[in-house]
Amino acid sequence: MSDETILKVRNLSVDFPIQKSVVHAVKQVSFDLKRGETLCVVGESGSGKSVTARAILQLVAKPGAITGGQILLNTGSGEVDIVKLGSRGLAIREVRGRRIAMIFQEPMTSLSPVHTIGHQIVETILLHEKISKEEARKRAAALLGRVRIPEPEKALDRYSFEFSGGMRQRAMIAMALSCNPEILIADEPTTALDVTTQAEILSLIRELQRDRGMAVLFITHDMGVVAQIADRVMVMFRGEKVEEAGVFDLFERPQQAYTRALLGSVLKLETPAPRPPRPAAEKPIAKIENLELHFPLNAGFMGRPTNYLKAIDGVSLTINQGETVGVVGESGSGKTTLGRTLLRVYDPTGGQVMYWPSNGEPVDIATLNKAGMKSLYGEVRMVFQDPHSSLNPRMTIYQTISEPLRTNTDMTERQMMDRVSELLARVGLPPDIGDRYPHAFSGGQRQRISIARAVAVRPRLIIADEPTSALDVSLRHQVLDLMRDLQNEYGLSYLFISHDISVIRYFCDRVAVMKNGKIVEVGDVVQICENPQHAYTQNLIGAVPRPDPRLRADAPQ
Amino acid sequence: MLIFILKRVAGMIPAMFAISILAFTVIQLPPGDYVSTYAAQIAQTGEAVDSAVLANLRERYGLGENVAVQYFKWIGGIVRGDFGQSFEWNQPVTELVWGRMGMTALISFLTLITMWAVSLPIGIISAVRQYSVIDYLTTTFAFLATAVPEFLVAIVLLYISTMWFGVSVGGLFSPAFENAPFSLAKVLDFLQHAWIPILVIGLGSTAALTRIMRANLLDELHKPYVEAARAKGLPEGRLVLTYPVRVALNPFISTIGWVLPALISGELIVSTVLNLPTAGPLLLQALKSQDMYLAGAFILLTGGLVLIGTLISDILLAISDPRIRLS
Repeated sequence: MSDETILKVRNLSVDFPIQKSVVHAVKQVSFDLKRGETLCVVGESGSGKSVTARAILQLVAKPGAITGGQILLNTGSGEVDIVKLGSRGLAIREVRGRRIAMIFQEPMTSLSPVHTIGHQIVETILLHEKISKEEARKRAAALLGRVRIPEPEKALDRYSFEFSGGMRQRAMIAMALSCNPEILIADEPTTALDVTTQAEILSLIRELQRDRGMAVLFITHDMGVVAQIADRVMVMFRGEKVEEAGVFDLFERPQQAYTRALLGSVLKLETPAPRPPRPAAEKPIAKIENLELHFPLNAGFMGRPTNYLKAIDGVSLTINQGETVGVVGESGSGKTTLGRTLLRVYDPTGGQVMYWPSNGEPVDIATLNKAGMKSLYGEVRMVFQDPHSSLNPRMTIYQTISEPLRTNTDMTERQMMDRVSELLARVGLPPDIGDRYPHAFSGGQRQRISIARAVAVRPRLIIADEPTSALDVSLRHQVLDLMRDLQNEYGLSYLFISHDISVIRYFCDRVAVMKNGKIVEVGDVVQICENPQHAYTQNLIGAVPRPDPRLRADAPQ
Repeated sequence: MLIFILKRVAGMIPAMFAISILAFTVIQLPPGDYVSTYAAQIAQTGEAVDSAVLANLRERYGLGENVAVQYFKWIGGIVRGDFGQSFEWNQPVTELVWGRMGMTALISFLTLITMWAVSLPIGIISAVRQYSVIDYLTTTFAFLATAVPEFLVAIVLLYISTMWFGVSVGGLFSPAFENAPFSLAKVLDFLQHAWIPILVIGLGSTAALTRIMRANLLDELHKPYVEAARAKGLPEGRLVLTYPVRVALNPFISTIGWVLPALISGELIVSTVLNLPTAGPLLLQALKSQDMYLAGAFILLTGGLVLIGTLISDILLAISDPRIRLS
């Protein structure tokens, strides 16, 4: 790292006019980026971090516009103000891709689905350099090899949808590096990836940066990632810069109240929440035995299919009364499918799920008929990941929460109104919001509404599918604490599905680790997190970025 | 790719079979048959109808038989290339049909090409310049063009060209070329006449396609891959054409499936109004007089035309989109 500053941002402001008002997405933000360093911009959703990154390449989407400030790029022969270049024309195009390259959050959708990977990389090279197509293709293959994509020559002629998410992000990085840019802007490049893939991509970015002496502006919301890769950190909140410091100073001596609060909510998830000891004699509420769900892969010409996708491949798991069982795994491991199969969204193809209702004999959910399932919907409920799409935008909050009461109980309207306002108060919302619509609420508030809907019928088992994944970190432990309070109050059991080890460790009693439709390891949450036995679990836990920069391989002691 | 095409062609056979049953059923639906229509015609002229003659006719045409038997006789003939005999014209259907179906196919094809050539650029411009003057103009025009029925446009055009310019625009050829052998002059004469039916038939669908292209492209323009391509330094015009337009083209190509039937049914009305030597007017006449083999042949061939159009769009789609080709 040298002391030469390559990019100076001065009093940058970006506004978005919305109907009659104006949203100030970025307010008077200034920072420097030095050659070869990694500056992390961290903040919660709506903090303006992504808009700042886009402004540097003049990529702010309309109707947004840069309304003030300077973005000074050191070209070696003087400074160029990118703000003055405008968003079109040769001058800004010479900067894009050549001097400053960018990689994006969604590797799934950031590459064109109808062009080969090679075409997209070669195109970038030919835009900026006068070399022959063959030379450009050679360089593209070398780049793909450099980002460790196997068989780079062949990969050039393949399409993005033939690659996994991690491979696509590698291809994206290869494309960004194709013209040797001096600055790489990475906008949440690992957020959509699994944790083990994230670890690989992060180390790749660091390695390439060191090789090329490239400056990296890394946008993220994840303090764990910041601790792993940042040299310096800039914290943003509601469009303003809150604090800027070296990574060790920021984590060890945060100066601003907001930074302290942000770090506090991250660190809170690092230790398990206190929970009462489990009773000596456990009473099961649900017992999954050898559950199987196979989807036929080929239609099978005039006969039985010969190949199956084993989404759930012989899973056995017991959930005890009042217990929280976590299911953790990477995407495609079958954890979400497992949760849905328990509610018979999918019909299992084998095994059984014994359930002990509040009154009566245990039933097998796997083979239960429609009427039997209907009576269970009052006892087993679900909470979904995305609070934006799991609430009907055309139903008021009262209609949403009272709906399960309407279908599962014979309460009168009066009783339901009382119950709904009681529930709203219980989940920490004002009780008089029943006649408003979901769009009036933030993500965290909506998830509280979802939880109120789930507990409205006093269920005994709640299947929670990534309930905190779409929430900012400062909201996560609040929602988890609420779920725990409700558990103590109503004696609930949870099946808690998540990809996030820290959330599982904070919230669960026991945890099952899933991979390819199978459970590879199950046990007490502390034991699994601190002393995992299975190699896959060890890998998974080891890949989680911890929010402590001293744990870095290159940290000074 | 070859397997893909073979699969699609194989899928067309049962579809064609279903169409033939449907065509036959539709023809059989109205009460009576050709002979009763014929008898009514004779009665209108005041002559006496001999019921023995009618019965004789029925037997000759096999009209008294079971419907299923009639169907299999009909379809069995078609498989051997014999479409039967037209009652009204007293000629084999094959002779009557081919020239007219050829004209229908030609007009439909030309209309389709024109529609694409016009709606594609307009759709792109009005998406890229959303809410600009051009966008508002094309939107207004598109709504008008979709709303006005085709035959009305045909009549208005006929009126204007005859009354104001003194040109006769009916038909597809000038009388001098009607029966002339193929020559360059004949092609030019055809084009002079053909633009009116093409304009009339294509107007509504062109407007609809423009709207579809605009909506498709608006969906694509804000996708991350467009932003990523912009961040590479691509010039805006090239960026729009090579990335979002390529992807937005897919739904556009698959519109052949529904545009073709719309064209052909639009063609029927327009051809009748403009007196074109295509399948439309003859089909209408055949349906009116219950000339069942002639009508059946037209409906069957029109259905075949639609199937072929769909096949073409499927193949084009597979060429344009690797996601379809490779999965």
